[in-house]
Amino acid sequence: MPNMSLTRNEMPVQEPDVRNKNFKEVALGYTEEQAIDEAQRCLGCKNKPCSTGCPVQIDIPAFISEVAKGDFAAAYKIITQSSSLPAVCGRVCPQETQCESKCVRGKKGEPVAIGRLERFVADWHNAQPDAAVEKPVSNGHKAAVIGSGPSGLACAGDLAKKGYDVTVFEALHVAGGVLSYGIPEFRLPKSIVQKEIEGLKALGVKVETNTVVGRTMSIDELMQEEGFETVFIGSGAGLPRFMNIKGENLNGVYSANEFLTRINLMKAYRDGSSTPIKAGTKAVIVGGGNVAMDAARCAKRLGADVTIVYRRTENELPARAEEVEHAKEEGIVFKFLTNPTEIKPTENGWVSSVVCQEMELSEPDASGRAKPVPKEGAFIEIEADCVIMSIGTSPNPLIKSTTEGLDTQKWGGIIADDNGLTSKEGVYAGGDAVTGAATVILAMGAGKKAAAAMDEYMQNK
Amino acid sequence: MFEILEKRSLNPTVTLMTVSAPRVAKKAEPGQFIILRTDEDGERIPLTIADFDREKGTITIIFQIVGATTEKLNHLNEGECLHDFVGPLGRATETEGLKKVAVVGGGVGCAIAYPVAKKLHSLGVEVHSIVGFRNKDLVILEDEFKAASSKFVLMSDDGTAGEKGLVTDALKKLIESGEKYDRVITIGPLIMMKFVCRLTKEYDIPTVASMNPIMIDGTGMCGGCRLTVGGETKFACVDGPEFDGHLIDFDEAMARGAMYKEFERHAHEETCNLFKEVK
Repeated sequence: MPNMSLTRNEMPVQEPDVRNKNFKEVALGYTEEQAIDEAQRCLGCKNKPCSTGCPVQIDIPAFISEVAKGDFAAAYKIITQSSSLPAVCGRVCPQETQCESKCVRGKKGEPVAIGRLERFVADWHNAQPDAAVEKPVSNGHKAAVIGSGPSGLACAGDLAKKGYDVTVFEALHVAGGVLSYGIPEFRLPKSIVQKEIEGLKALGVKVETNTVVGRTMSIDELMQEEGFETVFIGSGAGLPRFMNIKGENLNGVYSANEFLTRINLMKAYRDGSSTPIKAGTKAVIVGGGNVAMDAARCAKRLGADVTIVYRRTENELPARAEEVEHAKEEGIVFKFLTNPTEIKPTENGWVSSVVCQEMELSEPDASGRAKPVPKEGAFIEIEADCVIMSIGTSPNPLIKSTTEGLDTQKWGGIIADDNGLTSKEGVYAGGDAVTGAATVILAMGAGKKAAAAMDEYMQNK
Repeated sequence: MFEILEKRSLNPTVTLMTVSAPRVAKKAEPGQFIILRTDEDGERIPLTIADFDREKGTITIIFQIVGATTEKLNHLNEGECLHDFVGPLGRATETEGLKKVAVVGGGVGCAIAYPVAKKLHSLGVEVHSIVGFRNKDLVILEDEFKAASSKFVLMSDDGTAGEKGLVTDALKKLIESGEKYDRVITIGPLIMMKFVCRLTKEYDIPTVASMNPIMIDGTGMCGGCRLTVGGETKFACVDGPEFDGHLIDFDEAMARGAMYKEFERHAHEETCNLFKEVK
């Protein structure tokens, strides 16, 4: 008999007023008892509506039924048949709009907490002593993966399991891409990311950091001189956008990328860090996505009073509801229908305030969201000594500009078919480099799809 | 790992290091830079490539000891390794179509100006090198410049080396004496480059300045190195590091360069004290 409680098991979290002063993980995860109790809420629908909402089609009812029985090892095995990074996805996937939005239990009451269960299973597995990993039998072919973010890691893992000799090239000194430099420690502990990468290395994947493909070597050189027969481009969308308003280059104005990289990758939040950061005493974050929430919550933890300005209303915020909720609980102020037009300086070239135009909503625009238009003559000025621009990123042009025969969209995205094949033979691409900034799980799905297509290409070569 | 094969002090505050980095050396061109970290928790710092040897697989860097990281770097010795070393980054110096060029370097910037002069010289371009230092103790690469230039002018602030005066004085004199340059390439302190560009603008000589702002990743990701060129925001790491000197907003670049001065000073003092305790 399933557990018919209409509400899900709450996940323990650090108290808002405690966690907004430290960088430790906010959500603490289920206990075994909580996980089993929650798993028993699953009705085990035969048609698996939840799985259709998952970009990598995890067999969700199957893994949950193992959790309900207390066989966590079996549950882990089922998840990893489809997902390469369960401990990561259990934390950062927007489950409320994917698997959980399809859950039958959600029609009356709350859906089964699928994401929390996935996280529990992955964490349980990671806490067990490392089992000896069997290295797949080599098939004698070399594959290169450019970028060690979610799409690259997923692609590398699947190729390695099929016996390919895989090398992942990473521009930074640490692997993980956005999982390492972007998403903060309190949402995704870096030890978890490194554990997932160690797992890939155990499968035989080589990771070469400090290698900028497009500068250190080109894709053509990888294929012609270094013997890689097929290449996956997962270089992400790392180029920050700015608003091009007056004062944007003043001291104290950061891109969210720079702010987060200093904190997450360079550990600038730690005492004695050799990389500096200045979150100021009054920080203004411009934008309403998950990255804006991350930047705001980091600035708060560094001691600033934080205001998020967003040009639409709360209903249009692109960030996950849970992130917005967490930010509010931590004392972050939201100013909606507000759009910066100028950043004013102090006498010595630092930020002193942000001038914002008040907005109102009109007809929906191309994105389907109500278009914000300026309210004639209505301006406000917000005092600030730090401004963080978090209005989106575009694909890095480096690979495009150094790879002949690789077609891209006008806005910079690499053109690839449904299986990731680009305009260049043997070269595949996926993740944000193709779609523009999206989610970890979509990138992972694209990496897996490309790995299957690359294998097929090699078989028929 | 990136082993230090050679370490040499060029003057009391400037050090030359040759580092084993075959992949970087294979592709390096004058004008490009690398990013390094000395240790696991180290800061990422950009340094322009001073020289390279493709056959030996080495990159030479020349740095001034100005902050905590360069201090730490200077404490490493031959046989020891750098933790990270990535490159070559940025665009190479454009040399196409040039016939006669004035290379104007100041202080440790001369370390970067030298490979440019050398490359131009090897391409058969007539090179006039004008280099300036505060005093004779700080002069670096004099012989190397002489070998790569048909004319070499050494300037110093106090007159203890070469002529007394600024590089702009020397450049102006050469231009006034009828030398016709189709480009001036200037590398050095921002304030020096600003005045070199102001001078060459008067004479309408195309001028390129090499910028070395604060940056983290060096691949276009952080935007920390942004500067205004001709009213547009550019990233020094991917669009540069060399830009049209007549269009650069030098005052903004100088303000941005001072962003972490206080932090640097503090960190530098701490590092020094730390080393004192060790001794």
